[in-house]
Amino acid sequence: MMSVDGLMEGEFFMNGDDACAEGAIAAGCRFFAGYPITPATEVAERMSRRLPEVGGVYIQMEDEIASMNAILGASWAGVKSMTSTSGPGFSLMMENLGLGIMLETPCVLVNIQRAGPSTGIPTLIGQGDMMQARWGSHGHYEIIAVVPDSPQEMFDLTITAFNLSEQFRIPVLIMSDEVVGHMSEKVVMRQVAPEDLVTRPRPAVPPEEYSPYLSGDDLVPPMAVAGEGYRFHVTGLTHDERGYPVMTAEAQDKLVRRLVDKIRLNKKHILRMEEVGLDDAEIVVCAYGITSRVAKRAVQLARQEGIRAGLLRLIVVWPFPEERVRELAAQAGAFIVPEINYGQIVLEVERCAAGRARSILLPHMGGGVHHPETILEAIREAAV
Amino acid sequence: MIGTKTLTDNPVDLYLRADRMPHIWCSGCGVGPSVACFVKAIHRTGLDTDKIAIVSGIGCSGRVAGYVKVDSFHTTHGRAIPFATGLALANPELKVVVFSGDGDLAAIGGNHLIHAARRNIDMTVICYNNFNYGMTGGQLGPTTPLEAKSTTSPYGNCDPPFNLPHLVAACGASYVSRWTVIHPRQLEKSMAEALTKPGFTFVEVLGPCPTTYGRMNKLGRGVDELRAYQERCVVSNGVDPRDAEIGLNGPILVGNFVDLSRPTFWDHCVKIFGRAQKK
Repeated sequence: MMSVDGLMEGEFFMNGDDACAEGAIAAGCRFFAGYPITPATEVAERMSRRLPEVGGVYIQMEDEIASMNAILGASWAGVKSMTSTSGPGFSLMMENLGLGIMLETPCVLVNIQRAGPSTGIPTLIGQGDMMQARWGSHGHYEIIAVVPDSPQEMFDLTITAFNLSEQFRIPVLIMSDEVVGHMSEKVVMRQVAPEDLVTRPRPAVPPEEYSPYLSGDDLVPPMAVAGEGYRFHVTGLTHDERGYPVMTAEAQDKLVRRLVDKIRLNKKHILRMEEVGLDDAEIVVCAYGITSRVAKRAVQLARQEGIRAGLLRLIVVWPFPEERVRELAAQAGAFIVPEINYGQIVLEVERCAAGRARSILLPHMGGGVHHPETILEAIREAAV
Repeated sequence: MIGTKTLTDNPVDLYLRADRMPHIWCSGCGVGPSVACFVKAIHRTGLDTDKIAIVSGIGCSGRVAGYVKVDSFHTTHGRAIPFATGLALANPELKVVVFSGDGDLAAIGGNHLIHAARRNIDMTVICYNNFNYGMTGGQLGPTTPLEAKSTTSPYGNCDPPFNLPHLVAACGASYVSRWTVIHPRQLEKSMAEALTKPGFTFVEVLGPCPTTYGRMNKLGRGVDELRAYQERCVVSNGVDPRDAEIGLNGPILVGNFVDLSRPTFWDHCVKIFGRAQKK
């Protein structure tokens, strides 16, 4: 059913892309700029239909570069904004993802991953953009990326993504995939209570005392928006607390440290993971997105065989849950990392395990998902 | 006191960030004078400066956003227009201005320029055209005249330029003009017209770049470039912009070329999105 203010409530049978769009609307997103691309087009299509119903604006831009910029502009006008894309479009968005990070602009970027490189297989799954999500824009930064495993999580985690982006003034990435985007399952939608919707920190001082990048202990500066009389200046150049360009190593040091540390030092507020049977696990399968659902089945089958296997499902993949992987490395003998690429997140697992546990990659080049038996066989081998 | 004059604040000081002076522009550059015309144009219109937002890209004129005391955004190379599109559509009460250079707007940002004009987004674009990439040291750009010298056309430019007023007029801009920095009155008036007219409005400002373009083409100092404009410019209000191509030599047509009314993108949004709300 639809509430009077146009939000959906109840149980629906819906695909992940549509659920993502509904999650955005429930989170208060009222501006979407995008460009058609398989397999993310359904997000844009639903937003084009739904945003006008709730008083929002949809615009189809000339490319993904423009889409990313338009959502930054909308955010600076005070409106929660989102774009969605897949591989080739994600590459084009990298330039201004960096601008969003530098200006500290809340917004959400959805990547329904398909198989690459280049045009790859537009209609079939890949998880090959995980490191691009981490490092794809130039310069050194931290990012937040969430990975849904179901249409339900496409709804729920889109709300989470908006909340994190507003709380930490950073673009948040939803690193979904073609299978989760296109599969239809039950999705329970709810209206989000106003107190559960985070809004960006706002200036508490009059315009003449306002510095756009002066922050307190949480390192997140209050954000004025255009049209309120603050007459602020912001720039993609290295800048001081006033937002003015300063071309020195000292200013660079201060700014980049804060941009990175506001995520690193607030990790405990950001990290989310699901753990299955890890208490006594000797074999830890570390997986994310659709692959984690296959892994969950393999872990169940292994337990039935008496193997002490468990699952660490990454819900927030960036920042990476280093401490938890370190703890598990002290307890378990091996990590098995199935992913639909030729080894990306396994590198992080290996780094954190630091030789205390083996890290075994189970790669799939894309175009399909792992078979539970493949992961089960790897668990059996590792348990020997 | 007799014989002395009391200095009063300049009325346009209000619109500039005094704490950022001195600016970065070279002696003889025309960006500063075009900014002077721009802030006078704001003053002339009486627009609420709390509701003006300026967006710039990258380059010498990309620095304008940093000196004007309104909400201002210095974005990435070529991307000022799509950033401004988001601002304008998310808050239609804003008067959104893009102030940037010819290379930024017409080369790397050329796709955004033509689409914003096609959509007739409520936005004023001021393009400072100095016929080359100044900040990077004088390379050829999308407006460099044929045969002109630059650091990347040492034998002369073989890359035919855009005629920007013709380009944006053909794409659907509501207002199109071209002036130079030696036409401060006309330029200020034209900027004021552009700022107050609904839809996509475009003002091309021709100005000297003695440090790079002028030096490589032996145009002398900034003031000599200005003299050349004085000699070459022909005021041609209302002329078909297709006839306003700029060569290495010969006349330069300046004036207010296009001034028409057509529904803006936002007008269409209000009408068509309204159908969804009536359901």
